[in-house]
Amino acid sequence: MSLLQTLLDLLVSPFAEFAFMRRALVATAALSLSAAPLGVFLTLRRMSLLGDALSHAVLPGVAVGFMLFGLSLPAMAAGGVLAGMLVAGIAGLVSRFTTLKEDASLAAIYLVALALGVTLISRQGTQLDLLHILFGSALGVDEAGLLLVASVASVSLLALALLYRGLVLESFDAVFLAVSARRGRVGRQGGGWVWQQVFLMLVVINLVAGFQTLGTLMAVGLMMLPAVSARLWHDTLPAQLVNASVQALLAGYFGLVLSYHLDTPSGPTIIGCAGVLYFASLLVAPGGWLPRLWATRHRVA
Amino acid sequence: MHYDANTKPFSTTALPIPTTHATEDFAPQKATLERAGLAGMAPGTGSAACRLAAVVGRGLGQWRGRKPLVFLVVWPMVTLDNLTVSYRQHPALHHVSGHFAPGSLTAVVGPNGSGKSTLLKSIMGLLPLSGGQLSLTTPRSRMAYLPQVAEVDRSFPMVVQDCVLLGFWPSLGAWGGVTAAQSDQVLAALQAVGLAGFEYRPLNSLSSGQFQRVMFARLLVQDAQLILLDEPFNAMDSKTTAALLALIAQWHQQERTVIAVLHNDTQVRQHFPKTLLLARELVAWGDTAQVMTEPHLRQARALAEAWDDEAEFCDIDTPLRDTRSARSTA
Repeated sequence: MSLLQTLLDLLVSPFAEFAFMRRALVATAALSLSAAPLGVFLTLRRMSLLGDALSHAVLPGVAVGFMLFGLSLPAMAAGGVLAGMLVAGIAGLVSRFTTLKEDASLAAIYLVALALGVTLISRQGTQLDLLHILFGSALGVDEAGLLLVASVASVSLLALALLYRGLVLESFDAVFLAVSARRGRVGRQGGGWVWQQVFLMLVVINLVAGFQTLGTLMAVGLMMLPAVSARLWHDTLPAQLVNASVQALLAGYFGLVLSYHLDTPSGPTIIGCAGVLYFASLLVAPGGWLPRLWATRHRVA
Repeated sequence: MHYDANTKPFSTTALPIPTTHATEDFAPQKATLERAGLAGMAPGTGSAACRLAAVVGRGLGQWRGRKPLVFLVVWPMVTLDNLTVSYRQHPALHHVSGHFAPGSLTAVVGPNGSGKSTLLKSIMGLLPLSGGQLSLTTPRSRMAYLPQVAEVDRSFPMVVQDCVLLGFWPSLGAWGGVTAAQSDQVLAALQAVGLAGFEYRPLNSLSSGQFQRVMFARLLVQDAQLILLDEPFNAMDSKTTAALLALIAQWHQQERTVIAVLHNDTQVRQHFPKTLLLARELVAWGDTAQVMTEPHLRQARALAEAWDDEAEFCDIDTPLRDTRSARSTA
């Protein structure tokens, strides 16, 4: 048996042999393309922990969907989207009409939502169901789940392309956007408020799609980890977005391969791989640690 | 500076109402109005027609004073009428009234906490008014505002060229394509602020002085009629300050209205014909030499510190006439 054959067996045959592995791979890849760039925007807006908060915020919605319809994907997904958007919307309103900033109001509201969600789930379901919701299983993606993830990824990518300039301006210089709004009436946050809310909606639907493949907690990992490491590699935003997606794709692929061979849960393994990429980036990326050590010589200008 | 008024692509488009008396402050005197047969039409009575009439009246007055036979129509760019802005019921600006004439170059000075930034923000519509009225004669798309340095994210992964291009946002919006002429304007603006060759430098590699030059390049491409600058020379060295002051002088020549918050009295005296001295209340407003006097400055220092939780509610009660966002922040 040649080396090539061994490599094929290790890297390709799991997907060639098993349909559930193929579905998991496609779902993870779709999510990588849409969630990771959103994560980059979250870090740019200094809202890195917002994904985390929102992923908890969707829990009561998922729980209500689960209570009413059992382990039904559309019901739980719809519940999650509704709950997430509600929390994001309330947080947006709070920051708009009180002195609290967005992150503070979101932290308060998501904690309430999380408490509600955990209470609902533990009253109604068993521990196993809770685990399934929290940690998901990429290997359990069915046709419906695949369709959901693919739709969410397509919508997010299209929306991101359409919103790109506005989002960049809103993240970079929200005051400028507010005072440059073309319509007369400008409030305290001006036109930027709309961009921010649409962006949060995108984050919510990606988290809900991710909760199916990877579980609520792990969905955030695929969104944020590649995004954080991508920022170490490039000085321009388009490069960071592509880098984040590529890192998420790599993590997804190798995570699935490893979880297959080592018989580990797929979600945490994928996030583990993203974590390895993150630590590697910390070391060798241009913004990382080692280049600072190596770059002892300096130019004259 | 390599910024040539003839080769530059920035157009000096006409004001909404043409003005030929730009440097002179607009302050319609009652006597002037009466002479013109317009008694009773004091400024601040609200209607734009009244103000226009007042302005024409002033033109007549000028003509009587044996100035050339031109009807001067000087419509104030910004009119403050008993403007009050409060944070939690404590006024940051207290019943400030007056006008910024089109083409005027005004320094806003006063101690810390005297409401200078608040004034700029309320002109830009970023703060709700808690009393009085503020009216503008220029559309929002022709206004530009440079906040204090600290309010912009300088670590953002963006190259200089893109940052300057954002100045076209009001005309391009979220989806418009950048034309070749606009790209040329960006290059010219970068040249004007002394940053030629910096187009593809990431913002996070710039010093604070260079970053402020980029912000001024963005102001240049915005081609605004009313430009508000909040402490534009904070932490700038003398060379950068001189370069940026030259740009401001050029805007003044092009009859743009410039309002700048400043802390350096020497700069104000040397480069700004008009001064507005604030200490939450209006201390003095007019020609710089008359405003920047020691009694005025002493008065400003004394006024600025008061903040009393037990203070009476103000009874200089003006009806809330502003339609935009006059609501209490309480």
